[in-house]
Amino acid sequence: MTDLPAPRRVALFATCLVETMRPSVGFATLKLLKAAGVEVVVPPGQTCCGQPQYNSGDKAGAKRLARRVIAEFERFEAVVIPSGSCAGMVRVHYPELFEDEPDWAARARALAEKTFELTQFLVDVLKVSAVPGRHPGAVAYHDSCSSRREMHVHAQPRALLAAAGAEVRDVEHAEDCCGFGGTFCVKMADVSGAMVDAKAQAAIATGADTLLAGDLGCLLNIAGRLKRLGSPIAVRHVAEVLAGEPAAPGIGEVRE
Amino acid sequence: MTLLKSLEFAANARAAIADPKLQAALVNIRTMFQSGRARQVAATPEFEDLREAGAALKRETLANLDAYVARFVAEAEARGAQVHICADARSARETIAAICRAQGAKLVTKGKSMVTEEIGLNPYLVEQGFTPVETDLGEYIIQLRNEPPSHIIAPAVHVKKEQVAETFRAAHGNRPADRDLSTHDALLAEARAELRARFLAADVGITGANMLVAETGQMVLVTNEGNGDLTQTLPKCHVVVASIEKLVPNLDDAATVLRLLGRSATGQHASSYTTLSVGTRRPGETDGPEVAHVVLVDNGRTAMLGTPFEEMLRCIRCGACINHCPVFVNVGGHAYGAVYVGPMGSVLTPSLGDLDPARYLPHACTMCGRCAEVCPMKIPLPDLLRRLRFETHERKLTSRVSRAGLAAWTFLAERPRLMRAAARLGGWAMRLSGKGALRRWPLAGEWTRARDLPAPEGGGFVARANANRGD
Repeated sequence: MTDLPAPRRVALFATCLVETMRPSVGFATLKLLKAAGVEVVVPPGQTCCGQPQYNSGDKAGAKRLARRVIAEFERFEAVVIPSGSCAGMVRVHYPELFEDEPDWAARARALAEKTFELTQFLVDVLKVSAVPGRHPGAVAYHDSCSSRREMHVHAQPRALLAAAGAEVRDVEHAEDCCGFGGTFCVKMADVSGAMVDAKAQAAIATGADTLLAGDLGCLLNIAGRLKRLGSPIAVRHVAEVLAGEPAAPGIGEVRE
Repeated sequence: MTLLKSLEFAANARAAIADPKLQAALVNIRTMFQSGRARQVAATPEFEDLREAGAALKRETLANLDAYVARFVAEAEARGAQVHICADARSARETIAAICRAQGAKLVTKGKSMVTEEIGLNPYLVEQGFTPVETDLGEYIIQLRNEPPSHIIAPAVHVKKEQVAETFRAAHGNRPADRDLSTHDALLAEARAELRARFLAADVGITGANMLVAETGQMVLVTNEGNGDLTQTLPKCHVVVASIEKLVPNLDDAATVLRLLGRSATGQHASSYTTLSVGTRRPGETDGPEVAHVVLVDNGRTAMLGTPFEEMLRCIRCGACINHCPVFVNVGGHAYGAVYVGPMGSVLTPSLGDLDPARYLPHACTMCGRCAEVCPMKIPLPDLLRRLRFETHERKLTSRVSRAGLAAWTFLAERPRLMRAAARLGGWAMRLSGKGALRRWPLAGEWTRARDLPAPEGGGFVARANANRGD
């Protein structure tokens, strides 16, 4: 992916969770991409990548949404997504989804090759080494499973956070899933609850006052558990800190 | 014994999470198996190459399985074994019972074998008048407790030491009531003394096999207790029970699998005992059985060949996927209500049997991908679980609420303006009902049992981002 000529005009796929739950992640992403010198388009027809359908077994529903995403985004030089999970859906799973439809599979593969998770795009493609935000102090970082295992994103957010002056602390058992798992968190609420409790306790044990991740699903899950435990840890998407947009309160906190 | 059912996975899981003894026992999974494997992998720089080689040799074996089975049968029979190929569990059970009957057997010792669990051998042998005794310590403990194994390589991992002492006191009534059973050593010594008499008295010994070597007709068996050797060499008759995917072409291949197996399973570079054996005792040999049988069990496996689920037949039963599964480490094995547990079990159980009663197992997974990452045979477990989810959806084995919810979501997601309007409305209602994070919300009862629901920030992104552009 690093031998591509750096794209000048990219599409931002904000994701449905950013649209519905935390738009400030979208604005932070816009700011980061512009600061890195690329022109950003936010295609207005975008909604959801179809992962909830895909992982719940509704292959037909997933295909319907995937076709929309492919049609909406394939004309751009690159597609940037502030989520390892949605980026993994496009990059890894779209080609599999259309394994029995060669025409769509070819279009899916072409889109997959130019789709990136945000920090991966900034570091690996644009070679960014400075960011607008400053965050002196310790932050705990949670790697989402899809960022880590599907997108191979691990070093990139750490490099950018270091550039923002932050000291990144890994949570114990960092490789463990936080228990979100899309619809898993409501279908298997007890198991999910036990998993997110372990993750929240591990975050508290780092002693950091901020928890960051690159996936809003994990963030809503962990923030919800931290709030339930009465923890004051502020939970944010990594883009917010990197963009230096501290105006919004942390996830699940009261807007003053 | 109350056997838990797969259909009640969610309730089983809830009970497991609320069981402090079980939770204390499950800590061992992390401390023993996860860290043990990590140490071995770190000390084996060629581990990724080994995985590639292991997966490749198994792929090739499965592509030519009929030829390898035929070669194995010829080689084993040339060395005195009788090989029986059994299409299903019932014919395997009946074949084994007939062998025991022909030996005039009473006491049957058994090495640890998951395929004998799969075919329901022990209850059948009891019904037929035989006395099967498990000789693997963990299996012995759960046999006394009348429980199924909760893990494929650590069958009693759910039992604490103190519970084992209670079990032994109840089972070994001929021993002094005031004896000290507070240490692992004391428990081990007592189990050894009890089992030694059984090893010597057994008429038939039944073991599984970790591999069957086509080129030589040998079976390969690994244990850490040596019980497999005592089971197969002391009785007059030895019966190997193995499923057909245990075939490997030759001894070099067996060596590759062995290097992966110990490291992935228990974090050992090799198990304490690795035994290769074939056929009957030959003239001049001092041990080995006079009668040897190999029972090859198909039980649904050839039907998996040529389908995406053929990949599952590469499984060498190391348990790494189980040990690293975040669902398993929280709920243990019994919650699955199945012989095979964790990720491999949630693929294998519906593949070998019927999806309907196992319908929740493929959904008992967050798709975190750790199982595939640690699988020595590079089996794409999450992809196979997802294929089973497709089938549960197509066959309407998922809940009506879930299917309606997905349909509504797809409908909205195809209509960007409508979706944004709905999100604004929902967000507005949520923000009205609580500040920041909600303790309860009518549509989020399951979510809010363990965590608050962060309220949406509001405002939306896509429309505002485009308005701000000024074009």
